[in-house]
Amino acid sequence: MTTHSKTQSLEQTISAIVEQKKDLPGALLPILHDIQHHCGYIPKLALAIIAQALKQTEAEIYGVISFYAHFHLKPHGKHTIEICRGEACQSMGSMALEQAVKKQLKIDFGQTTADKNFTLEPVYCLGNCACSPSIKVGDKTYGRMTSEKFSKLSEQLSLYKISLSEEH
Amino acid sequence: MTTTLYLPMDTTALSMGADDVAKALEFQTAANQQAVNIIRNGSRGLFYLEPLLEVETAQGRVAYGPVSIDDVESLLAQGLLKGEPTHPLYLGLTENIPYLAKQQRLTFQRAGIINPLSIEDYTKHQGFSGLSKALALLDQSRQSIVDEIKASGLRGRGGAAFPTGIKWQTVLDAKVSSPEQKKYIVCNADEGDSGTFSDRLLMEADPFSLLEGMIIAGLAVGATQGYIYLRSEYPQAHKILEQAITSAYQHHYLGDNIQGSEQAFDIEVRLGAGAYICGEETALLESLEGKRGLVRAKPPLPAIEGLFGQPTVVNNVISLATVPTILAEGAQYYQDYGVGRSRGTLPFQLAGNIKQGGLVELAFGTTIIDIVNDFGGGTYTGEPMKAIQVGGPLGAYLPEQQWHTPLDYEAFSKISAILGHGGIIVFDDSVSMTEQARFAMEFCAVESCGKCTPCRIGSTRGVEVIDKLVAAHQQGEPSNQASLHELLVDLCDTMVDGSLCAMGSMTPIPVKSIINHFADDFITDLPTKHVEKVLAVSAKEQN
Repeated sequence: MTTHSKTQSLEQTISAIVEQKKDLPGALLPILHDIQHHCGYIPKLALAIIAQALKQTEAEIYGVISFYAHFHLKPHGKHTIEICRGEACQSMGSMALEQAVKKQLKIDFGQTTADKNFTLEPVYCLGNCACSPSIKVGDKTYGRMTSEKFSKLSEQLSLYKISLSEEH
Repeated sequence: MTTTLYLPMDTTALSMGADDVAKALEFQTAANQQAVNIIRNGSRGLFYLEPLLEVETAQGRVAYGPVSIDDVESLLAQGLLKGEPTHPLYLGLTENIPYLAKQQRLTFQRAGIINPLSIEDYTKHQGFSGLSKALALLDQSRQSIVDEIKASGLRGRGGAAFPTGIKWQTVLDAKVSSPEQKKYIVCNADEGDSGTFSDRLLMEADPFSLLEGMIIAGLAVGATQGYIYLRSEYPQAHKILEQAITSAYQHHYLGDNIQGSEQAFDIEVRLGAGAYICGEETALLESLEGKRGLVRAKPPLPAIEGLFGQPTVVNNVISLATVPTILAEGAQYYQDYGVGRSRGTLPFQLAGNIKQGGLVELAFGTTIIDIVNDFGGGTYTGEPMKAIQVGGPLGAYLPEQQWHTPLDYEAFSKISAILGHGGIIVFDDSVSMTEQARFAMEFCAVESCGKCTPCRIGSTRGVEVIDKLVAAHQQGEPSNQASLHELLVDLCDTMVDGSLCAMGSMTPIPVKSIINHFADDFITDLPTKHVEKVLAVSAKEQN
């Protein structure tokens, strides 16, 4: 696909979502969730489309997006890894785990690996506090995480990416 | 003959590999030509035993756990399907496991027992009997439902412990601003406190009880629209709730004509987006309206001007899920549990460095140490306990001399602590109290909505002052240290006095609990590599 047609299809996706949800009471968060779910992030061009539909300014829409840690305006890697920083996880050594993961992936929070495979984010509690420390990859939470277990997991996730790309 | 097996699908069981165990069981039983029906139930809340596998026998359900995929073959070989006791993971009848048998399960009476997605299973286990009672009471008046909740003594389980009945009364008495407007029931499912998971477990193990509680609340105050504001960190709860809601509509428990009563109630799940502050009720309402989650000044109370400016009940998941039991069994039944002004039960959550973590529902009044020892079995690491944080990131760190405090709202407020949402986090003696105090401030800096200056900026200053204190201590400057100490206490007081909501005004609770009760450790117990970091920063600042 050319860049132009890619932009066009992105615009179409976003417009369809906005059109479908704009009349919900308090529609903005459901719209943003849907866009991020479909596009993997919130493309900048979405701001104007949403603003027009909700009769708000782009600055207001941007203000809401930037308030919430969950929304991001840049694409993430294939897998988003969230490491819990809550006190329950801290009591089980999550701060050391956090350092080990950063070292292993060679990135800090908010960054994506060079191969675009992983993005690392902090999270404040996954509600898995009886089996700390916890991390979440996509929609899946992992308990009793250790740096050794993480090495294996990240290896598997890297392999998974390769097998997927072979299929396509 | 087909044997029924139960294997939970709650987040914790899944995080410990329950899906892999399910696959292995399917594969192995097929290979052995054994007929099984695996029901994915919710967890019983005995998280240290997850994945907990149960088999239905003539004597009742027999448990094995914690099961890993490597155990599946040997379990089947040693008579799993007959509930035989030879395997090392055998735990006996589930109901007789002391951790469960010693609890007083009211709100969590069905958790782990039923298939959370089966409305038939729910109804078979007394589900919707509270709703029937409420519909009968409605023939008299809405007031009679509110009176029942008032009489039960139920207080908000989110953490603030405000009497639920009084909140409902305010909404019942309040008027909508114009005839086309409506009242709302908003369920606060933004369970952000570290060390808590009772809302999540309830939603994943018994979602219909939450829906039933919301419907009853709607009938009581005359609201027809309900929203569940669920944190985005709980995708499994989201999936289960959506399926439960669809099923409730199909069976006419939601919609225009609930069970032929001509009463209407709708429920929609709305997802949060990773903001701790949206657990504060007014920030939550802003977020539901599609705005930044900025705290509102009170008054007006949400009960009078809440969602979209209309009268709104904002209740926590556990408060709402307890309502059906109160209606079904009567206010007195619930009132009979508990002590003083803390009536009923609270699902305590044992978390962190604990051998046997999980959910413990008990009447108010037990001491912390009893729960931690009797249920928790000490620390996970086997090291001595040093501190117990109760009530989430805004809760106090309790030293050993306070571990005999009874778990009730008033007893906790007497020692400048909070019970909050019932989370209990255990720390062993490797914990650095300086780090925990610093983290309390850091967390506030990350999560503050920014509306009140003492919270927004005070938290950042708090981190800096603690770092400077460490540097002053290392460099042997006692007079500097004394003035910084005074500054930190002063800063805490400013945050308490100058913040609209609990975020800024309660962040000083954990900090001050450490200053007051861990005086020997505060500032001096930071691990060496952190001290080096702090000193490097302070050296840079001086140059």
